Amino acid sequence: MTPAGSSPSAAALSASARWRWWEFALLAAGLLSWLLLPGHALLLNEIAILALFALSLDLILGYAGIVSLGHSAYFGFGAYVAALFAKHVLPDPLLGMAAAILAATGLGFATSGLILRGSDLTRLMVTLGIALVLYELANRLDWLTGGADGLQGVVMGPLLGRFEFDLYGRTAYAYSLLVLLAALLFCRRLVHSPFGASLQALRDNPLRAASIGLSVRRRLVAIYSIAGGIAGAAGALVAQTAGFASLDVLDFHRSADVLLVLVIGGAGYLYGGIFGAIVFKLLHDAISVLTPQYWTFWLGLFLVVLVLVGRDRLVRPWTWWERRRT
Amino acid sequence: MLTLLFDGISYGMLLFVLAVGLAVTLGLMNFINLAHGAFAMAGGYAAVLLMNRAGWPFLATLPAAFVIAAVAGVVLERTLYRPMYARSHLDQVLFSIGLTFMAIAAVDWFLGSQQQNLQLPPWLQGRFDVAGVGIGKYRLFIIAVCAALTILLQWVLSRTRFGSRLRASVDDPRVAAGLGLDVNRIFALTFAVGSGLAGLGGALGAEILGLDPTFPLKFMMYFLIVVAVGGTTTITGPLLAALLLGIADVMGKYYVPKLGAFIVYVVMIVILTLRPQGLFGRSIAR
Amino acid sequence: MMNATLRHCLAAALLAVAPLGAQAQETLKIGLILPMTGPFASTGRQIDAATRLYLAQNGSTVAGRKVEIVLRDDAGTADTTRRIAQELVVNDKVTVLAGFGLTPLALATAPIATQAKTPMVVMAAATSSIIKASPYIVRTSFTLPQVTLGIAEWAAKNGMKNVVTLVSDYGPGIDAEKTFVSRFTLAGGKVPAELRVPLRNPDFAPFLQRVIDAKPDGLFVFLPSGVGTQFMKQFTERGLDKSGIRLIATGDVTDDDILNEMGDVALGVITSHHYSASHKSALNQKFVAEFRKATNGMRPNFFAVSGYDGMRVIMKGLEATKGQGGEALLDAMKGQVFESPRGQIMIDAQTRDIVQDVYIRKVERVDGELYNMEFDKQTAVRDPAPK
Repeated sequence: MTPAGSSPSAAALSASARWRWWEFALLAAGLLSWLLLPGHALLLNEIAILALFALSLDLILGYAGIVSLGHSAYFGFGAYVAALFAKHVLPDPLLGMAAAILAATGLGFATSGLILRGSDLTRLMVTLGIALVLYELANRLDWLTGGADGLQGVVMGPLLGRFEFDLYGRTAYAYSLLVLLAALLFCRRLVHSPFGASLQALRDNPLRAASIGLSVRRRLVAIYSIAGGIAGAAGALVAQTAGFASLDVLDFHRSADVLLVLVIGGAGYLYGGIFGAIVFKLLHDAISVLTPQYWTFWLGLFLVVLVLVGRDRLVRPWTWWERRRT
Repeated sequence: MLTLLFDGISYGMLLFVLAVGLAVTLGLMNFINLAHGAFAMAGGYAAVLLMNRAGWPFLATLPAAFVIAAVAGVVLERTLYRPMYARSHLDQVLFSIGLTFMAIAAVDWFLGSQQQNLQLPPWLQGRFDVAGVGIGKYRLFIIAVCAALTILLQWVLSRTRFGSRLRASVDDPRVAAGLGLDVNRIFALTFAVGSGLAGLGGALGAEILGLDPTFPLKFMMYFLIVVAVGGTTTITGPLLAALLLGIADVMGKYYVPKLGAFIVYVVMIVILTLRPQGLFGRSIAR
Repeated sequence: MMNATLRHCLAAALLAVAPLGAQAQETLKIGLILPMTGPFASTGRQIDAATRLYLAQNGSTVAGRKVEIVLRDDAGTADTTRRIAQELVVNDKVTVLAGFGLTPLALATAPIATQAKTPMVVMAAATSSIIKASPYIVRTSFTLPQVTLGIAEWAAKNGMKNVVTLVSDYGPGIDAEKTFVSRFTLAGGKVPAELRVPLRNPDFAPFLQRVIDAKPDGLFVFLPSGVGTQFMKQFTERGLDKSGIRLIATGDVTDDDILNEMGDVALGVITSHHYSASHKSALNQKFVAEFRKATNGMRPNFFAVSGYDGMRVIMKGLEATKGQGGEALLDAMKGQVFESPRGQIMIDAQTRDIVQDVYIRKVERVDGELYNMEFDKQTAVRDPAPK
């Protein structure tokens, strides 16, 4: 057999896996933002968490073609597991993170059977249903979750035994950045592997993929569980950096927001979630400072314009009035 | 018991009128229009404003709500929606959510964020007691109107030229266009009627479901459930799905109040897992 | 955020060249975090208008410094609210945090108030446990148990033996239910059914059917403001108002903001609450009139009066401490006793919670508009929850 790495497909894979200059620039920007913008660490922390959440959605939406309106189920589940872990077991953040990721992956695995079949609309509704059921469960089990009031008494221990979560949010931001980086590296490896290529094949044409012997079921289950785990990590970050978990981590608007973020940034190239999170959060924050009451209007307008003009044309204003080349 | 059934049926029929436009646009134009709730809200507010500020009688506001929402539908379809037909589902979702946000904020700006109130005319208030079953007059009215609409829609679809053209365009737009049908006009008309129906539903529902600027987001979920479970290829599909949803919701909350909120979602998940194309949809390889 | 950075630079420049006295010219900022969008937007609207009215009436300068309100929308999520509070404290250097429309938002922000030693004035959230979440929290709103006691005792005293409870299934609703049940059964009554309605509920039909099945003398209801209208209409539609079941509730159901639009279905409903726009006092009449003028016709409700009184507590506190914040301001807020548009109120020096009169009211038509007319009251009611 030809040695690994010398076949044309292997060469293509390793070519696409090469690091691009803008990926390095993005990493550098992340590091610099922590060093140079200490006053904004809190907002940046929120952006990093949202980016991680969007990254997990990109895995199933951008790479496997599963449309989900209920991804907050795994996010929220991870948040509650991390909060409960810190409250009842050990306040160490890293152990709590590990517990949350495991639990959320498990939940993803358990529910993956439900999204295997059906059209876009079916999957949309089933995933939505899962998230809604989980929300009601959390509300019902208020002896465990604190119900609508939220889970109090979560005191996080210092990170790695040394770095306390401070009022300025610098430790929190560094923590979230590192988790995001780890997840990004992991996902990069995943999508630029034969597994990742097979995912794109079955996203584009499941029938053909199945006919060449790819097990569609197993791949979908695998990617859905992994995405669930990463969403759980994002949820754990929220619970740990805020020291609080309440029902809104499972709420529908979280699923809707993350879908918006990913579509703004573009699905299918892993970094869409990051760019989308940055744009969405900054816009939302800036507009809601200017008009706390009517920011939804401007945000809606932005979304409409973004779609009408097209994402790639948006950054080049001179192309706006050109006729669209379909 | 029967009272509950009656209540569930009226709730279900209301949901049907609200959701049927969405089912048709999705089935016909393969366009996920999450702004559908905004048209319903527009109709609701139109009815409330006409009644409260301009003193119109309730019955007159209903066709007005239909017309206003339909006109809004035509205008938006021509200007904003047309370029979106060829885009991906995700772009459509983004676009329609953006429109919804704008509509919500605009209504909030102009009319405030409180619940809007409708005063029903006296002949619609109260109830009849027929053999121990309480029949609310307004709920009966809703059932009557919605049933009439359903029959009208079904008749248009199966007995008129427009209906057969519409069905042809749903089955295969390219072949239909190839046969000389003006598919664009059919789309526009259908979108207008669908939005008009949503507006009518919003006006009818203001009394029972409430009306405030967050209406589109609150109820979008239920519309989507009706469309997903009912399928998008028939009228009767969403009708039965809506009735099922209404009855299950009301009965579930009565008999098993602890699980009240779950019931609807679990039923939906079960149905969609067993029959992914909805209860009555054909499996279209879209 | 550009403003913060610019302010930092300006502040640094000023500090570098100006004498110490120049610092006294800095504005005092109050961070007001309210639900300005979403399902509870009307709460935010009322409190926002009330706080601005207070400053307009009483001047916005204290101890020679200007007072400025920094208004932010809470986006309905606990972690965003917490982050906004943190930013207000760290970047905008607010002296006081205020507002808080929902319990989890207040609970999530409590540790920030403690860590930053910034007093936090809760103007809307009504769950008992909030006050314990931080020693820097002061409440000017109310708690559900506090206002439910009144109607529970009134029901027992007025011949009701069997009352069914119907509440929204979330924190305040459950608080109200528990208080009512315990107080009513203590007074000898029975509660044959305790119904909880999902928060996202479009139709009350099944729950009202259960009420009919239980054949009680009365129905106690707690629903967040806004939902009450739907409920009342369906209650009347089923003929329950004529069936001998008396409708009693906490005042959230007959919220002044929307009471007048509810129409005749609301007539005769007995509620207990801490504020009615029809309260007969000179201060209240002035408050209502000026509120209407400033907002183009809105009637103030119990949230507005909490915002108004909250500003009073903050401003008088700042006056006493000559613009200082922190512990000193907190101490100046504790123990304040004064007349509010709702009646006489006190911020308890030990618990920092609000002590106020709770009125029993009935909905009547006065001068063509619907009002909650007070006909009885309990004086100086404390939150009954164990501290």
